[in-house]
Amino acid sequence: MAGLAAAFGSGAMTNPIEDLEKTNVIMIVGSNTTENHPVLSSYIKRAVTFKDTKLIVFDPRKIDITRFATHWLRPVLGTDVAFINGMMNVIIKENLYAKDYVQSRTVGFEELKKKVEKYTPEYVEEISGIPKDQLIDAARLYGQAPAASIVYAMGITQHTTGTDNVKSLANLAMLCGNMGITGGGVNPLRGQNNVQGACDMGGLPNVYTGYQKVGDPAVRERMAKAWGVEKLPEKPGLTVTDMMERAHEGKMKALYIIGENPMVSDPNLGHVKKSMENLDFLVVQDIFLTETALIADVVLPAASFAEKKGTFTNTERKVQMVRKALDPPGQAKEDWEIIADLSRRMGYPMEYANSRAIMNEINEVTPSYRGITYDRLETKGLPWPCPATDHPGTPCLHVGKFTCGLGVFHAIDYIPPAEVPDDEYPLYLTTGRVLYHFHTGTMTMKSQGLNELAPECFVEISQQDAASYNLHEGSNLKISSRRGTIEAKAMISEKAVDGTVFIPFHYAKAAANTLTNAALDPIARIPEYKVCAIRLEKAQPVSIQE
Amino acid sequence: MNSQNIIVIDGQEFTFNQDDTILQVAERNGIFIPTLCYLKGTSPTGACRVCLVEVEGARNLVASCATPAASDMVVRTDTERVIKARKLNIELLLASGQHNCLAQDMDMDSWTDFQLRAMETNEHKELCPAHGDCRLQDLAIRYQVNTNRFLPTETKYSIENVNPFIIRDFSRCILCGRCVQACNEVQVNNAISYGYRGSTLKIVAKADLALKDSDCVFCGECIQACPVGALIPKQDLLKERSVSKTKKVHTTCSYCGVGCQIYLHVRDNKVVKVTGVNDIAPNFGSLCVKGRFGYDFVNDKKRLKTPLIKENGTFREASWDEALDLVADKLKRIKDESGPDAIQVLTSARTTNEENYIAQKFARAVIGTNNIDHCARL
Ligand code: SF4
Ligand code: SF4
Ligand code: SF4
Ligand code: FES
Repeated sequence: MAGLAAAFGSGAMTNPIEDLEKTNVIMIVGSNTTENHPVLSSYIKRAVTFKDTKLIVFDPRKIDITRFATHWLRPVLGTDVAFINGMMNVIIKENLYAKDYVQSRTVGFEELKKKVEKYTPEYVEEISGIPKDQLIDAARLYGQAPAASIVYAMGITQHTTGTDNVKSLANLAMLCGNMGITGGGVNPLRGQNNVQGACDMGGLPNVYTGYQKVGDPAVRERMAKAWGVEKLPEKPGLTVTDMMERAHEGKMKALYIIGENPMVSDPNLGHVKKSMENLDFLVVQDIFLTETALIADVVLPAASFAEKKGTFTNTERKVQMVRKALDPPGQAKEDWEIIADLSRRMGYPMEYANSRAIMNEINEVTPSYRGITYDRLETKGLPWPCPATDHPGTPCLHVGKFTCGLGVFHAIDYIPPAEVPDDEYPLYLTTGRVLYHFHTGTMTMKSQGLNELAPECFVEISQQDAASYNLHEGSNLKISSRRGTIEAKAMISEKAVDGTVFIPFHYAKAAANTLTNAALDPIARIPEYKVCAIRLEKAQPVSIQE
Repeated sequence: MNSQNIIVIDGQEFTFNQDDTILQVAERNGIFIPTLCYLKGTSPTGACRVCLVEVEGARNLVASCATPAASDMVVRTDTERVIKARKLNIELLLASGQHNCLAQDMDMDSWTDFQLRAMETNEHKELCPAHGDCRLQDLAIRYQVNTNRFLPTETKYSIENVNPFIIRDFSRCILCGRCVQACNEVQVNNAISYGYRGSTLKIVAKADLALKDSDCVFCGECIQACPVGALIPKQDLLKERSVSKTKKVHTTCSYCGVGCQIYLHVRDNKVVKVTGVNDIAPNFGSLCVKGRFGYDFVNDKKRLKTPLIKENGTFREASWDEALDLVADKLKRIKDESGPDAIQVLTSARTTNEENYIAQKFARAVIGTNNIDHCARL
């Protein structure tokens, strides 16, 4: 979420979910909302159906939410910066932007204005394939709305230009005065239940809890004191993607993985496997023997969410209670207990009576979580920042003033994706999720019912592409990229656009991430899952084995 | 206070807002009016007529869920006439289908062939699975409805059992329409509607297809809305009967970042059902298919139960002491030989805030590296 932090000083959903039913226009970019955030998508569907809210959807696929869209625009993959600049071009040219707001609350407008000048609707049509009239209509709709909300997800961030894409959306929202108002905002939807919390808690190489920088000596000193250690490392650490590189070179010796399955979820899986094999020591702590756990030296059994007490922070920054309903199976233990025990064995005693005691410490060292106590969470969730126990929490960020003072416009140019189709690999591949499964399927694939509804991997392909490859529904296909090959069945679908196929990444047996490109966004270090070039061939029928 | 906006219910004066129904004013002020078809947050259909009340000056009783409050309206919710009318309506609803629960006062011998057949396909020979959790049953008991006056009507539609999650037992459907409201006005999935007419009225998916062949996405909103035993989670029927009590634990869904509030229904240390928690954000009772039905993993046989150590390429079971001592030794040695930055911790977007906090503290304070990340990028 580096892009949002750069623009506003804070990188999270700016507005509460309920605002989606209190807005005039919703613009969805790169989010297959109905499948990935189903209950949140109901807010949008209700707003459109019963409240006269207009919906603009940018997506190359005819995803389900397009049925509710007043405007559905179909860009070529990875051209987000171009069409967002195009919208701003129209909005500025037609004087639809919020002049007073831009004047009093932001900096960098002149550079932005200059930059977007060349992104005329005609030029954007050349790049993105969006007909210029459609873009102008959408720009006017967004620009004229008293309140408009932008919703995005991995379709925006999982690109080499992910940070640029997010900054561009921030530009658009600020330009129209949509920040800090009810029904406005720039709203990233977090994929996994506690991504927000993992970030808030300092599960990142450059910050402690509440995004306090490890590079700041004052912060470091404070944390060292709180933790009773002499000093703490100053240099920011490695991201997971950079760590894989380091391991590949043989320079990373040990890896301790808690509840993740990079052997299915990471890009360019062949490379990942080699990196992991290069480690001297791999520990995996999980609830199942995942693909990653299988290659570990030591596996530690963890308790599931139903077997522990604690908190999750949802996509709207709201901290909510997790309560223990069961005892864990066998000797499995809560993740914090395992680490506290290990820590003691390494000479640093961590004595906590329970998770509440940990939260007390989080309150002490984290200004934005200071007022978020278990006693208060018993009755309802609290959105941070919540600096004191009598503070109600902050559902809407940047009211009256941005976290960083003035909002910052970033003048950004369109850069094409790292890999585009050519003669050898003539089709685009984009990856994502389906409704019935979750991430690497560790949990959902244990449900017979969910498997029945979404049993196996597929390649979603348009009618016309299917015809030109002479494919039928269910034809066995071999899909290859520069990095690897997988097999899956064809699913001819009107969701697909000509020239682009879609493959869900859940399935280990036909792992889409064997194909994807590990090229990274230079700032957020997020791989380009959403675009790569592939080739299709018919395959001999194979029996699917366990 | 504007005297224009005052309504009298059971002799007490209450203010109301524009668009309030009689029912809403009553509920807000703690006056009980029974309802069956009314679903909060959706437009009233007035289908069941158990919420009838008497309004001074009106000839007929009115459905309180569908009648707007008006100034100077004088309402009575508990006159003899009201009670009698409600009783009759409840009686007719009970007689409209195969409501073989205790309220029906019938023993198995008097069940019709249809009922017996229905029960068989239902894999449930005893009681309606909604027994004890049925609004119609509750009301029948509350109003002491006489169930022997009318014979149960046979239904023309057989049970639909051909999807993994939802059983539709039309023989118990009272056609209240709550499922239709839930599907179309809450989740806006637009998968089901009223089909056919008159005595053949039925809730249909598309042109009367099985749910699995329709636009249904198995969110289960309709199950949660159904006041009787006409929509049942399939898992309810598969599980064994047990004498132990089920407890409900309020917690947060562990799938996506919406963070829906759920109840885990737990019996014998097993999750047996998940329902949405009504009336609180962010989901106000709604869930999706993963949140509602994707809980099998918790009690899966393949859950890890003991620490494992790999030796010569295969895992063997180990004690916590042995496993953690091994990990501690290895990490200490690598730290000494190659420095703390040769170690990386990947924490998890799936675990709690407290656990993430401990993981980063471990990396920074114990190992001495900022090499900590998680898979949010992925
Ligand atoms: S499960 Fe959901 S989509 Fe299917 S009929 Fe019920 S409410 Fe509608
Ligand atoms: S299935 Fe249930 S909710 Fe739907 S109409 Fe019948 S009784 Fe009412
Ligand atoms: S029930 Fe569905 S929408 Fe709600 S948090 Fe769980 S996965 Fe997300
Ligand atoms: S609740 Fe009012 S008519 Fe059914």
